[in-house]
Amino acid sequence: MADPELQLSEPLGEKHSTVCYMCACRCGINVYLKPGANGEKSVRYIEGNRDHPVNQGVLCAKGSAGIMQHYSPARLNAPMRRVGPRGSGEFEEISWEEALQQAVDWMEPLKQDPKKLAFFTGRDQSQSLTSWWAQQFGTPNYAAHGGFCSVNMAAAGIYTIGGAFWEFGSPDWDRTKLFVMFGVAEDHDSNPIKMGIGKLKKNGGRFVSVNPVRTGYSAVADNWLGIRPGTDGLLILSVIHELFRMQKIDVDYLIRYSNAPFLVIDAPGTADHGMLARDKNGVELVWDAAKKKAVPHTTKGVVPHLTSEVTLPKKVKAKPVLMMMAEEYSKPEYAPEAVAAETGIAAETIRGLAAEIAKVAFEEEITIEQEWVDMKGEKHDRFIGRPVSMHAMRGISAHSNGFQTCRALHVLQVLIGSIDCPGGFRCKPSYPKPYTAHPKPHATNVKGTTGPLAGPHLGYPHGPEDLALDKDGHPLRIDKAYTWDAPLSAHGMMHMVIANAHAGDPYKIDTLFMYMANMAWNSSMNTRGVIDMLTDKDENGEYKIPHIIYSDAYNSEMVSYADLILPDTTYLERHDCISLLDRPCSEPEAVVDSIRWPVVEPNRDVRGFQSVVLDLGARLGLPGMVNEDGSPRFADYADYIVNHERKPGIGPLAGYRGKDGSQSGRGEPNPNQLERYKENGSFSITHLPEEALFFKHANKAYQDFAVDMGFYDSPQPSIFNLYSDVMQKFRLAAEGHGDIQPPDRLRDRLKLTFNPLPTWYAPFEEERLGDRTDKEFPYHALTQRPAAMYHSWGSQNAWLRQIHTKNPLYVPSAICDEKGLEDGDWAWVTSWHGKIKVQIARMEAVNDRTMWTWNAIGKRRGAWNLDENAPEATKGFLLNHLINELLPPKGDGYRWSNSDPITGQAAWYDLRVNIEKAPPEAEVSEPVVQPQKKRTKPTDELRYGLEWTK
Amino acid sequence: MTSLPQSTNKKLGLVIDLDTCVGCHACVINCKEWNTSGYGTALSDQDPYGANPTGAWLNRIHTFEVVPDKPKGQGVGEVIGTAGEARVVHFPKSCLHCEDAPCVTVCPTGASYKRSEDGIVLVDEDKCIGCGLCAWSCAYGAREMDLAAGVMKKCTLCVDRIYNEELQEVDRQPACVRTCPAGARHFGDFADPNSNVSLLVAERGGFDLMPEQDNKPVNKYLPPRPRSDLGEGADLGAAHTEESTEGASGLLGWIDRALSPSSKQKEAN
Amino acid sequence: MHPALSVISFTTLSGAGYGLAFVLATGHGNPGALSTKIAWFVALALITIGFLSSTLHLGNPQRAWRAVSQWKSSWLSREGCMCFISYVPLCLLAGMSIFYNSFDLTLGYIGAICCAITVYCTAMIYASLRTIASWHTGWTPAFYLAFALTGGTLIYVGFFGPPTGSRSTEIWIYLCMVFLVCSWAVKYGWSHRAERVGYGKSTMESATGLGNIGKVRLLERPHAMGNYLTNEMAFRIGRKHAQKLNRIALLLGLVLPLILLALALQIASVAAFFTIVAALSFMAGVFVDRWLFFATARHAVGLYYGGDDALMPAE
Ligand SMILES: Nc1nc2c(c(=O)[nH]1)N[C@H]1C(S)=C(S)[C@@H](COP(=O)(O)OP(=O)(O)OC[C@H]3O[C@@H](n4cnc5c(=O)[nH]c(N)nc54)[C@H](O)[C@@H]3O)O[C@H]1N2
Ligand SMILES: Nc1nc2c(c(=O)[nH]1)N[C@H]1C(S)=C(S)[C@@H](COP(=O)(O)OP(=O)(O)OC[C@H]3O[C@@H](n4cnc5c(=O)[nH]c(N)nc54)[C@H](O)[C@@H]3O)O[C@H]1N2
Ligand code: SF4
Ligand code: SF4
Ligand code: SF4
Ligand code: SF4
Ligand code: SF4
Ligand SMILES: [Mo]
Repeated sequence: MADPELQLSEPLGEKHSTVCYMCACRCGINVYLKPGANGEKSVRYIEGNRDHPVNQGVLCAKGSAGIMQHYSPARLNAPMRRVGPRGSGEFEEISWEEALQQAVDWMEPLKQDPKKLAFFTGRDQSQSLTSWWAQQFGTPNYAAHGGFCSVNMAAAGIYTIGGAFWEFGSPDWDRTKLFVMFGVAEDHDSNPIKMGIGKLKKNGGRFVSVNPVRTGYSAVADNWLGIRPGTDGLLILSVIHELFRMQKIDVDYLIRYSNAPFLVIDAPGTADHGMLARDKNGVELVWDAAKKKAVPHTTKGVVPHLTSEVTLPKKVKAKPVLMMMAEEYSKPEYAPEAVAAETGIAAETIRGLAAEIAKVAFEEEITIEQEWVDMKGEKHDRFIGRPVSMHAMRGISAHSNGFQTCRALHVLQVLIGSIDCPGGFRCKPSYPKPYTAHPKPHATNVKGTTGPLAGPHLGYPHGPEDLALDKDGHPLRIDKAYTWDAPLSAHGMMHMVIANAHAGDPYKIDTLFMYMANMAWNSSMNTRGVIDMLTDKDENGEYKIPHIIYSDAYNSEMVSYADLILPDTTYLERHDCISLLDRPCSEPEAVVDSIRWPVVEPNRDVRGFQSVVLDLGARLGLPGMVNEDGSPRFADYADYIVNHERKPGIGPLAGYRGKDGSQSGRGEPNPNQLERYKENGSFSITHLPEEALFFKHANKAYQDFAVDMGFYDSPQPSIFNLYSDVMQKFRLAAEGHGDIQPPDRLRDRLKLTFNPLPTWYAPFEEERLGDRTDKEFPYHALTQRPAAMYHSWGSQNAWLRQIHTKNPLYVPSAICDEKGLEDGDWAWVTSWHGKIKVQIARMEAVNDRTMWTWNAIGKRRGAWNLDENAPEATKGFLLNHLINELLPPKGDGYRWSNSDPITGQAAWYDLRVNIEKAPPEAEVSEPVVQPQKKRTKPTDELRYGLEWTK
Repeated sequence: MTSLPQSTNKKLGLVIDLDTCVGCHACVINCKEWNTSGYGTALSDQDPYGANPTGAWLNRIHTFEVVPDKPKGQGVGEVIGTAGEARVVHFPKSCLHCEDAPCVTVCPTGASYKRSEDGIVLVDEDKCIGCGLCAWSCAYGAREMDLAAGVMKKCTLCVDRIYNEELQEVDRQPACVRTCPAGARHFGDFADPNSNVSLLVAERGGFDLMPEQDNKPVNKYLPPRPRSDLGEGADLGAAHTEESTEGASGLLGWIDRALSPSSKQKEAN
Repeated sequence: MHPALSVISFTTLSGAGYGLAFVLATGHGNPGALSTKIAWFVALALITIGFLSSTLHLGNPQRAWRAVSQWKSSWLSREGCMCFISYVPLCLLAGMSIFYNSFDLTLGYIGAICCAITVYCTAMIYASLRTIASWHTGWTPAFYLAFALTGGTLIYVGFFGPPTGSRSTEIWIYLCMVFLVCSWAVKYGWSHRAERVGYGKSTMESATGLGNIGKVRLLERPHAMGNYLTNEMAFRIGRKHAQKLNRIALLLGLVLPLILLALALQIASVAAFFTIVAALSFMAGVFVDRWLFFATARHAVGLYYGGDDALMPAE
C-alpha cells in the first residue's frame, strides 16, 4: 500500500512582525493570523523574526507561548473599582470615563503638593514616557523596578566603564575564546546569550560558569565553579592578585584607556586625601617621568609613570592608581589559598582560572585589520583583541556587597584589556556613556514646590552634593533613594516605597500609582508584611496608603490590593516603543530600536497604559501633554511616539526620521514613521561604520557617529575608572569632610563600603547575625529564573505552567544526608525572619551549603484565575517570605535596610537559612495566604487551534 | 502499512547536542505551538487552569544529574567538570523515527506507518482507534495520546513544515530546530553521509538511545564534550611559581622594565 | 504499567471464556444437556463481555473494526482477527448444542485450536513488547494459556460438570487441582524471572547515553505534573503493597481453591458448591494477579522518569 497523501503546504495566514514582550529581551517576532472559529482573526503561530538583530529567528519558550498569554483567561476586561476590602479581589467594572475621572479626582489636588503622588512603574519598557510624565507632574517620587533588580550591575558598570552587562553590552560572541559567566540563570539578554553559548561551543571556545548551582547555562559550561554565595568579590580579587603576580595585565591598554596612571593624593586626614589630583580645569594629572612633573593626562605624547610615589607641588604626595592597586591586591589576603575556604573554591582552581584568563588574553590575541583613529588623534592599523569575555548578573549584584563585586569584575576586564575589543566584552550603542555624560538625579521642582521637576529623577551623583536631601538633610523622595542610606541609588528604590508610605517616613503620601509590578507578591521581600501594610488602616479606619491606582493586564496578586484598576492590553494589542532614550536593544555593531503595534485589536474594554497615561496627563493639564487651548497634545501613544521631541530632532524612535524618513538618530518627526517601522519588521537598524566597531569609548569615528545619532551633543569618550573618587568623596564625608554630612550611625559603614578600589566585605545579613549565622542559619538559599517562566506572569499560561506547576526546594545531597531528608519530603525552612514549609528535592550539582528554588512559581490562591487548589498555590512557594527588607535589628533603634549600602539594591541573595524535616502532616506549602476572588471560570479543556486542523 | 518499508530513500531525523542544550524548553513550546494547529488534531490540554494541568506534547525536556562514579583522576569514568563534580544534562526527547519502529508494527489498524519516502513515522489519525499499544511499544516515550480526540499524537518531524511550499526555503525545517536558541538541534538526512547531520554524528560520536532495544533510532544524540581543567596547558611559567614574596614590587618592577624607553626601543627594533 | 480495569477484565474474562469453550469444544459435556447449553452460552458471553470491555479503553471505539487489518505484523490485530475467526466454530458448536443437541468433533478441534490461538495472541500482545522486559518472554503466553485452561476447567466442573458424586467428577476435581498447581507453577516461573529482569538490558545510563560520565539520576521532570506517559507507563506500586497483593492472589487463586476442591472430594453432597466457590475464588485470584501483572511491570520509558527511584505515580 502506498503511504497516505498528505496536504503539506497549509498557508499560515497573514504575517505581522512586531516585538515579543514575554520578557524584556525584546526579540522580533512574526505573528501569523488566521480567521478563528468565531470568525475573529486569531493567532495561528508566533515565530522568531529571522531578520531581527536581537534574536535572528530564534524564539524562547516564553515567546513561543505568547498565544496562551494573549488568550489568558486571567486577562482583565474593563476598568474596575474596588468594592470589597483591599486584598479580597472584589471589584465592580466601570467605564473608562468613570475610571479616568476617579484618577483625576485623586491626583488633581496633589498638583499643589506633587510629592504626595508616588508613581512607580515596575517592568516598564516606556520609562522615557513615564518618567517624563512624573517629571511634568512635579513629583520626585518616580522610579521603575531597577532598585530591586540589578542596579548594582548597572551603576557599577556606568561608574567604571560607562557601560554595563545586562542589555547594555555583550560578549563578542563571534570571536571570544574564553567566556566567564558569574551568577546568571537567564538574564534579560535571554536569547542572545543562548545563541552566543551555541556559537562559542561551535567555535571551540571555553565556557566557565561561576555559580552555586549547575543548571541551565552552567550545565553546559566546560568548567563550573560552585561558589559560596556572596563571595564572588573575593574570587575576582584573587584572580586579580594572580594576574598581578603573573605580571599578566595589559599595561598599554591601561595607560591609554583607564585611570591607572592618574595620581591619587596621599594626604591622610585632609579633604583631598584619596582624591585624584587635578589641574585647575579639573583635568586629572599623571606623572611625566621625563619632565619629572605632573601634567594633565591629556597632554600629547606623555609617557606616564606608574610605579612609584611622586611629590606634587606643595609637597603633596601622590601615587599612581596602578601602583595603589598593585599594593592592595598583592596582599596575601587575596592569595588563592587565603580565599579558598570563604569562597568554597579550591586554590588550584582559582589559579587555573587566572592562568586560563591570562593565557587566552595574552597568548591568543586576535587582530582585525582595520584602520581607526582614537580620540587623541592617534592612528591605529588594527583592532587588537583579547578574546576573553565576561558576563554577570544578579548572582553577583543581588548581594549587599554587590556594587563592589560588580566593580571588581569590570576592573578585572579592564586589567586584561578586554573592554570593547575584538573577542572581549562589547558595549551596545548608545553605550558606552560615562557617568559624567548621564544626568544627575533631580528631586526638586523648577520653581518653588509645584510644577515640573527640574530634571529627570534618576541619574548618577558625582558626590554628596547631588543627593536628594533637603537642606535639613531629610530625604526628598519617598523611597529615600539618593540619601546616605544608598547614595548612588541610580534606579530608585521601588522596594522601599510601600514600607515607607505605610510608615509615613519620610512623609505621608496620598496616592500610590503603580504599573506592571506585582508588589503584593513576588517582587516584594517579606510578602506577608507588605500585604499587611497595603491593608493596614489608621485610627480613623482609613487605609494608611489612602489611594492605590494600578495598571495590570492580568488578574495578578497586586490587582486585589488596588482601589482603581486601569486594565492594560496584552502586548499584541498595543503600541510600544523600545527606545534609545530608555533601555536600548542595540547590538554591538548596530543601533537598533523597535516598536510594538496592535497586530490584533483588543476585544475587551482595555486600553494601552501609555495612551492612558497621556490621557491622564492631558486631563491634569500637565505641560507638554496639552496644547495651548488645553486640548490633548497627543491623540494616543502612537501619536506621541512619532511626534514627541525630547530635544529638537530627537524623539522616542531613532529610525526613519525626517520628513521623508531618510534620517537616523536626529531629524524632524516623520508622520509615516510607524508605517516605515512596520515595513521593516517593526525595527530600525543603523550600522556602525567599520572603523567605529571597537574601542568605542575612545574611538573617534564612533564618538562622531554617536554625536550624529544624537546620543550626546559632543563626544563623550570614557576613561575606565579603576579607581573611583566619586566613592572617595562619600568616604571623605563620612570622615567629617565637607558640608553635607551623613548621620553618625552611617559613618563607619560608609568608610568600609565606599572603597574607591573594589573591595570585598561579608554580606550584611551574615555579618549582622554574627555567631548565629553558623549556629542557627548555616545555609544559603537562593532563587533562579526558570528559562520558561517570566516572574509571575507565566503561571496563567496554559502551556508554560505545565512545565513549572510547582517548585521544590533543591537541597544539596550533603544537607539531605545530614538532615535525613529524601526526595519529596516536606521540610521547614527558617530564616531569622520567618519560616516556610516546602517540598524538597535532592541535588548533587550544587554548592554544598546552598539550597535553591525557581523564582516566583508560588501563587496566591485564586490569583491569575487559577483554581484555588492549583499546585502553584498548594505546593509552590515563595522564598520571599523568608527575606526581609530590613536587616536583623541591631538594637540601635534604626531600621537598617537589607540592601547594598551604595546603590540600595535589594540583597535578595544574602539570605541565610536552616532546614528541618517537617513532621508528617498535610502536604501543603506554608504560609497559606487567604484566597483572592477569581474573575471568571476558565475552561477545563483546551484544544487550541482545532479549527485549523483537519 | 503496518509493516515497515524495506528501506527508505531518505532517513530524515534530528541530531540533538547534549553539550549545547541549556534546557530552555523553547523547542517544547514551539513544537506545541506549531503542531496544535498543524498536522492532525489539536494537542489538547486537560484542566489547563486547574489543580492538575496536563496535556499532549510531542517533545519534552528531561533534566538528569550525572554523578561521576570515580573521583577525578581515578580511572574509567570520563571526568567532566572542574573537580569531577556532578553534572546536569538537559535532555530533549521527541520521536526518534526508528528504522525498526515497533510502534508501527504493533499498530492493529495501520494508522501508524513509516513513510517509505523519507522514513518519517506518522500516525494517520483517521484510522487510529486510540488503543495506545504503539505508545506501549515505544521505549522512548515519544507517543502521547491526545485525551480529547482519543488519537495517538507524536512528533511528525514537522512534515507540514519541511515540505511546505508556503514557507520560505530556509524555514522548511522543524519548528523545534528553527526556534532552538542555542542551536542544539539539527535536522537533516542521515542517508546522505555528507549531510550536516551525518557529519556531526561522525565528528562528535553521535549515539543511539537504548541501542539494546533494537529499534535502530534515526535521531542521534551528541555526547557532552570532554572537559579539561582550567589553565591546563597554560605555559605561563610564572603561573606555576610559588607565591612570590616580592608582592607589588615584582609587578611594578616588571612594568617599569616594560615601559622603560630602552625596552620600548628594543621592541621597536 | 497502569492497571486499567478494562484491560484486566478483558484478559481475565475472555481467558476464562476461551478456557471454558476449549473444554466444551474438546467434546466434554453432553450437547443435549441444559447445563452444556448454558455453558456454551456462558463461554461466549464471557468472551464477548471481555472483548467489549477491551474497547472501553479505546480512544475511538467506533473505529475498532479497523483493528483487524494488520494481522501480518500486529499481535493485537491478530488477536482481533482470531476473536472473529473463533466465533465461527464456537458459535456453530454452541448452536449445534443449543438448537440441535449435537456436537461435531472435527469442528470441536478446530474451535479448541482457535481458542488456544486467541489466548496465545492476547498474551503475545504483551509478550511482544521489548519495552517491558518482564512481559517479553515465552512465560507470558504460557501462563496466560495455563490460567485460561484452569479457569475454564474450574468453571466447567463447578457449574456444568457431571453430576455430583460421580467418579468422573472426582477425576475432574483432581484434574482441576493439577491444573491449578501447574498454572501457578508456570506463573511462578514468570514471576521469578520478572523479579530479576527489572528493566531488562536498559538502564538510565543506556537510556540517556550518559553512562560513560557516571551514574544517572533524574533531577527534574519535563513537566511538573504527571502526563499520559507517566500515568500509563510509569505506574509502579510499592514493593510492600505488591507483596501483600501477591499473597492475596495466591491465596484466592491457589490455596483457597485447593482447599475447597479437597473439601469437595470429601463432602460429595456439596462438592458442586465448593467447586463453584473454588472457580470464583480462582477467578478473583487471577484478577488480582493480572492487576499486578500490569502494576508491577516496568516500562523502559520509566527510565526517563527516574526509574525505580522516582516517586510514582506522580500525584
Ligand atoms: N525571591 C526573589 N524575589 C524576587 C527576585 C528574586 O530573584 N528572588 N527578583 C526580583 C526582581 S530582579 C524583579 S525584576 C522582580 C520582578 O517582579 P515583578 O516586577 O513584580 O514582575 P512580575 O511578576 O512579572 O509582575 C509584573 C506585573 O506586570 C503585569 N503585566 C504583565 N504584562 C503586562 C502588561 O502588558 N501590561 C501591564 N500593565 N501589566 C502587565 C503582570 O501581570 C504582573 O502583575 O522580582 C523580584 N523578586
Ligand atoms: N526566563 C526568564 N528570564 C528573565 C526573567 C524571568 O523571570 N524569567 N527575569 C528577568 C529579570 S527581571 C532579571 S533581573 C534577570 C535576572 O537574570 P539572572 O541574573 O540570570 O537571574 P537570577 O535567576 O536571579 O540568577 C541569579 C543566578 O545567580 C546565581 N547566584 C546566586 N547567588 C550567587 C552568588 O553569590 N554568586 C554567583 N556567582 N552566583 C550566584 C543563582 O544560582 C542564579 O543562577 O532575568 C531576566 N530574564
Ligand atoms: S527572550 Fe523570549 S520572551 Fe524574551 S523577548 Fe525574546 S522571545 Fe520573548
Ligand atoms: S530549545 Fe534547544 S537548548 Fe532549549 S531545550 Fe530545546 S534543544 Fe535544548
Ligand atoms: S521513537 Fe518511539 S514512536 Fe518514534 S519511531 Fe521509535 S518507537 Fe516509534
Ligand atoms: S493508538 Fe492508534 S496508532 Fe497507536 S497502535 Fe493504536 S491504532 Fe495504532
Ligand atoms: S520535529 Fe516538529 S513535531 Fe517533532 S519535536 Fe520538533 S517541532 Fe515537534
Ligand atoms: Mo529584575
